[in-house]
Amino acid sequence: MATTEVERRRGQLAALSIAAVVIIVGVPLWWRTTETYRAWLPVSQIKELAKLQLQLSADVEVVFARGTVTPEQQKKVPLTQTQEEEHAIDEDTALRYRYETRYRTATIMEEDALNQPTAAEADLSLHTLSESPCGSLVVYVIPVSSSLLPEDVNVYIGQRRTALLRIGPQMRVGKTLEQLLAHLEPRIKQVLQVMSFSHTDITAALSDRVRFSPDNKESIADSMRAFKSSPGYEITFSLLNPDPKSHQLHWDIEGAVETYIQPLLTKLSPVANFSIDSQTLYYAMLGVNPRFDASRSAYTLNADSLAHVINPVEARLGSNAASSNPVLNFLLYVPDAHHSPLYIQGRKKQEVPSNAFHSPRWGGIMVYNVNGFYGSKTDFPVDININMAKVMGVFLAQLRLLLGVQSSTPPPGFLVAPCGSTGLADWELDRLMWSRSVENIATATTTITSLAQLLDQIGNIVINDNIAQQVSSAVTSLQLAVAELEAGNLGFALQYSKEAILASEKAFFDPSLLHLLYFPDDQKFAIYIPLFLPMCVPILLSLLKIVSEARQRRRDRKAKND
Amino acid sequence: MKTHLLFNLFATFLLADGLNIEDSAGQFFSSGHTNNWAVLVCTSRFWFNYRHVANTLSVYRSVKRLGIPDSHIVLMLADDMACNHRNPKPATVFSHKNMELNVYGDDVEVDYRGYEVTVENFLRVLTGRLPPSTPRSKRLLSDDRSNILIYLTGHGGNGFLKFQDSEEISNVELADAFEQMWQKRRYNELLFIIDTCQGASMYERFYSPNLMALASSQVGEDSLSHQPDLAIGVHLMDRYTFYLLEFLEDIHPASKANMNDLFKVCPKSQCVSTPGHRTDLFLRDPGSVLITDFFGSVRKVEITTEAIDLTEPIKEVEERPANGDVHKEMHSYVDQLPVSEIIHQKPKQKDWHPPDGFILGLWTLILLVFFQTYGIKHLRHIF
Repeated sequence: MATTEVERRRGQLAALSIAAVVIIVGVPLWWRTTETYRAWLPVSQIKELAKLQLQLSADVEVVFARGTVTPEQQKKVPLTQTQEEEHAIDEDTALRYRYETRYRTATIMEEDALNQPTAAEADLSLHTLSESPCGSLVVYVIPVSSSLLPEDVNVYIGQRRTALLRIGPQMRVGKTLEQLLAHLEPRIKQVLQVMSFSHTDITAALSDRVRFSPDNKESIADSMRAFKSSPGYEITFSLLNPDPKSHQLHWDIEGAVETYIQPLLTKLSPVANFSIDSQTLYYAMLGVNPRFDASRSAYTLNADSLAHVINPVEARLGSNAASSNPVLNFLLYVPDAHHSPLYIQGRKKQEVPSNAFHSPRWGGIMVYNVNGFYGSKTDFPVDININMAKVMGVFLAQLRLLLGVQSSTPPPGFLVAPCGSTGLADWELDRLMWSRSVENIATATTTITSLAQLLDQIGNIVINDNIAQQVSSAVTSLQLAVAELEAGNLGFALQYSKEAILASEKAFFDPSLLHLLYFPDDQKFAIYIPLFLPMCVPILLSLLKIVSEARQRRRDRKAKND
Repeated sequence: MKTHLLFNLFATFLLADGLNIEDSAGQFFSSGHTNNWAVLVCTSRFWFNYRHVANTLSVYRSVKRLGIPDSHIVLMLADDMACNHRNPKPATVFSHKNMELNVYGDDVEVDYRGYEVTVENFLRVLTGRLPPSTPRSKRLLSDDRSNILIYLTGHGGNGFLKFQDSEEISNVELADAFEQMWQKRRYNELLFIIDTCQGASMYERFYSPNLMALASSQVGEDSLSHQPDLAIGVHLMDRYTFYLLEFLEDIHPASKANMNDLFKVCPKSQCVSTPGHRTDLFLRDPGSVLITDFFGSVRKVEITTEAIDLTEPIKEVEERPANGDVHKEMHSYVDQLPVSEIIHQKPKQKDWHPPDGFILGLWTLILLVFFQTYGIKHLRHIF
C-alpha cells in the first residue's frame, strides 16, 4: 500500500513538474524563438509627421524710387510688415504662407540704375548692385510717368530676383502711407504669385498626399507634363538619320551641350543630378507616313498622327541599364531626301515655327529640314552641318517644360524678361526649388507613414537595424526640412528634403521588407496542433486528476471532521 | 414659341461645334496617364502546360503590336516551350492549331525565365523591393501616371494561384501588394486579367482604388483549354485568352473600343466557364475607358510653341593635355571562373562537422562491448 502511495505521489510530482517546465520554460522559449527581430522605430514622431503643417516664408523687399513717395510718407519708411495666409487642404495637411515685407527708399546708386533707358538695362545694372539670397525678392516701385516700361505694361520681371512695378495713377497725390501700402499690397501679391510660389503650384506639388482635382485643364496638363521629383535624371540626345545614302550629317553635340545645355544643368544642380549622353541612329524611320500638301509643296505631319510617332522609335532608343532614373529623350529627326521638307501642323492646321513637339514625361522630337542646304543636282551623299544653336534652342525650351521650370502664362500687364544665357532665370529656379521642396517633403512623409503603417499591420516582417536607421534619419531630415522652410532658408530646405526622400525611399524599398508569410488562422492551427496537442493532453488530464483527487480528499476530511 | 425652338436649335448646334474642338483636346485629359506598363506572368512549367506559355506570349504580342515597348514590359515565363526537347517545331510557340500563328516571333524579350519566376520575384517586381543590382529591364519603373496591365495565367484554385508546381500566391498577398503599390503611387490605373481555374477568387480581396479586374471563370468553375494540335500533342491555348486574342487582333492603336466590349469577350457559349469582372474600385466609368489605355501606348503630345533664342557660338571643347597628367588606371576583370583552383585541386578546408550516424553507431557498439566484458565497476581499476 505504501509503495502505491509513494508511486502515486511520484506520479503526481512528475505531472506537476512537467507542467511547470512546459509553462515556465517551454512557452517563453517558443515565444522567443518564433519572434521576428524588429528594431525600434520612432513611431510617435512618425505619427506627428502624418499631420503635415507646412509654413512657407518669403522675404520681399519693396524699394520706393524717387517720385513714388512724398517726403511725409518717406519719414515713416523704412518699416516691416508681416502677412500670413492659412489654407487647410484636408484634415491632415495645412499650409501657411508668410510674407515678410520690408519697405525702404532707393539708394543713390539704385536711382542711377533706374535711370537707364530700357527696363532690361535697368535690370542689368541693378544686378551689379546687390545679390538677393535664394528665395527672396526685390520689387522696385517706379512712378507712373516713368519711361522704363511700355504703355500697357505695369510690371517687368527681370532675370534675377528683381521686378519693376509701376505705381497706379490714383496714388499720385495726397495719400497717406497706409493708403499707399494698401494699394500696393494686392499688386505685390500678384508679383509674388508669379515669381515666388502660388497656391496652385504648391497644392499641385502636394499631389502625393492629396489627390486634388484642379479646376482648370491647364493645371492638369502642367501637373502631368513635368517629371516628378527625382534625385537624378538622364538626358539622351539622339540624331535620327533615315537616309544615310543621301545625307551625311555632322552635329557638334559635345560642344553644343557644353555651351547651351550644361549651364542650365549646372544651375539646376541643387535640384537634381543630370547625366547626358548622345547617340546617332541610322535607318530609323518615323512610324507614320507623312502626307504631301500641294499648297505648301511640302510633306506634313498633322497633330493627330504625332502620337503614333514615338512608339516605333522608342524601341530602338535604349537607355542606361545601370540607373533607375527617369530618362528624357530628345530626338532630332532629319527627313529623308524623298520626304523633304517635312513640316508639323498644329491641331487647327496652323504652322509650327519650331517644327517640334514634345510628349509629357518623355521628351521631345524636332524635325530638321536639310533640303535647303543643297540643290537638286548634287552628288549624294551630301555633307551637312547641323545648326546646333537653332536645335538646342528648341530642345532647351522643351527641357524647361519637362522639368517643370516653365510657369503658366503671366497675368495681363506683366512683361517677363527672356531668360538669360543659362536658360533659367533666378526666380524660376526659386519657384522650382519651392515646389520641389514641398513635393519632396510630401512624398517623404507619405512614404514614412505608409511604411510605419505597413510594419505595424504585418507583425511578421523583420525590421533590420539598417532600415530603422534609415527611417530615423529620414524623420530627422524631414523635421529639419520643415523647420528650414519655416525660417525661409530655401537652399537648406531643399537639401534636407532631398536627404529625407533618399532615406525614406531606401527604407521603403529595402529588399528585406517582403512579406511572404501570410498565415491564415486555420493554417496556424494546422501547424501547431499536431505538435502541442499530444504533449498537452496527458499533462492536462493528469492535472485534472490531481485537482479532482485533492477536492475529494478535502471533502473526505470535512466529512471526517463533522 | 418658334423663336424659342430656333434659339434652342442654334444653341445646341453651337455647343456641339464647341464640343468637337474640345473633344480632341479632351482626349488629353480623360485618362490621366502618360505611360503604359505591362506585367505578363506565366506560372506553370512542364510541357503539358504549353498553353499557359502560349497565352502569355499572345498577350505579349498584342501589347507590343499596340505600341508598348519592351522596356515597359516585364515578361515572366516559367518554362521554355520554344526550345523544349519535346517541341516538334523548335523556336516556335503556336496559338492556333495547324500551326497558323507563331506567337514566339523574332524579338521576344523574356525578363524572368525558368526558375526565376517565383512568388517572391513577382511580388518584388510589383512592390519595387528589388536588390540594387537588378537591371532596368527587370524592374517595374512605373510612376503615378502609369497605367499598368497585369496578366496572370497558370493553374489556380479558390483563393490561390500555383507557381512552378511548388508554391502559391494567395489573393490576400496579391491585394496587399496592390495596396503597397497604391501607397507609393506606383500606378494611376491598373487592369488585372487572370486566366486560371476559379480565377474570380483572386480579385475578391482587392481594396485599393483604381483597380479593374477580369477573370476567366467564377469560383467553383474551371477554365477550359481550347484546341489541341495533333502534331504538337498538347493543348495550345486556353479558351478565354484565345477569344481575347481574337478580340485584340481587331484593335489598332487608334481604335476607340472600350472596356464594355472587353467584358463581352468569351461569353458562356464559347468559354463554357463564366468570365467575371470587377469594376467597383475603378473611379472612371468602364464605358469611357479605351482598350488602348491599357493594352496600347498612345502617347500624349503637345506642340512646342516656343523656342529659346541662343546667340552664343559654340565653345571649342578644350583638348586635354597630352602629356602624362592623366593617369590611366589599369583595370582588370574579376576572375569569373577560378580555373587555377579547379586545375590544381587544392584540398578545400572542410568545416568541422559532428560525427555522423555511422561513426556514432560504431563507437557506441565498441563501448557497449567494452563495458559488457569489463563491467563498469572495474573501470576504476583501469583508469
